[in-house]
Amino acid sequence: MTETTENARQAQRKAAMAVLAHSDAADIMGRLDAVALPAHENLREPENGLVMVRGRIGGDGAPFNLGEATVSRAAVRLSTGEVGFGYTLGRDRQKARMIALCDAMLQSDQFAGAVESGVIAPLRAAMVANRNRDAAETAATRVDFYTLVRGEG
Amino acid sequence: MTTVAELPAGFIDKVLSAQSTFRSVMDAMARPGSVQRIEAVAGEPAGVMRGTAAIALTLFDHDTPIWLDARMSQTSAVAKWLKFHTSAPVTTDSSIASFALIGDAPGLPALERFAFGSNEYPDRSTTLILQVESLTTGPAFELRGPGIDGTIVLQATIQPPDLFERLAINQALFPRGIDVVLVHDDVIVAIPRTARFIARGT
Repeated sequence: MTETTENARQAQRKAAMAVLAHSDAADIMGRLDAVALPAHENLREPENGLVMVRGRIGGDGAPFNLGEATVSRAAVRLSTGEVGFGYTLGRDRQKARMIALCDAMLQSDQFAGAVESGVIAPLRAAMVANRNRDAAETAATRVDFYTLVRGEG
Repeated sequence: MTTVAELPAGFIDKVLSAQSTFRSVMDAMARPGSVQRIEAVAGEPAGVMRGTAAIALTLFDHDTPIWLDARMSQTSAVAKWLKFHTSAPVTTDSSIASFALIGDAPGLPALERFAFGSNEYPDRSTTLILQVESLTTGPAFELRGPGIDGTIVLQATIQPPDLFERLAINQALFPRGIDVVLVHDDVIVAIPRTARFIARGT
């Protein structure tokens, strides 16, 4: 595989992860049910853990530990050898497993198209629609403050 | 070169498998010389027995440096598998290792090369996990010590043949010392530092 297609695939996986991690587990499951799933096994059983979330006060501030957040992770291997990894905030182990499965399928030439069109694209559309609606609702309540030229000076 | 696509899987059921394996190892340690079975099923890399794999997945973590003998480190498969599933660091310095995996007997260095712990922290010693040929047939070894009612006879085919003579250093070192877990397939026998070797049977 050439470097550009490798990079394109990495970018595709990254974009898919961003969508899946923000989607509801029930939505992913609903979409995934409609796709023909290849044989797969859990390379790493879904598990919960903690990560330390670090923050900065300002762009040049010293990093500090904000607190811990629960994460779930899983690794799934297809019978054809592709390994997918899933990480998500929260304790939903099934969601982590489904994300890992999607990630593995995205790497397989045979299933990438089906997952992209059957799972990722609809979820992305729903996510974008939600964001736009929220943005529109917020924009509708926008108040423009302006100051008349004051008399002094 | 092993890629992640070829890595054997871990425990099917992480929590229960780790608990039952822990129980087997604890029972083995509490009853030196007794043969305990490990029920948990896990994928194992080439050269690693079922029992060894289960013990590794149960007891190893990022705080326990692991030393591998020449057989185990022949390919990077074992180290990668350990790293992926347990995140334990693999070290080449046997004197700081918490556990040492011994795949074949000539790979067992002099016991002085491992950690004995200190008088304040005798627990900071290396636990040897030694794969052996058989734990049910072979020469008889008579043991006594805490956890053994009188004496116990262990029938095993163990390499190196002078293992128990070498473990006699535990007597002088106490409370420091070396604990050994013998593994054959899915059965284990523990020889903690308090066990004393009396005699070879027939």
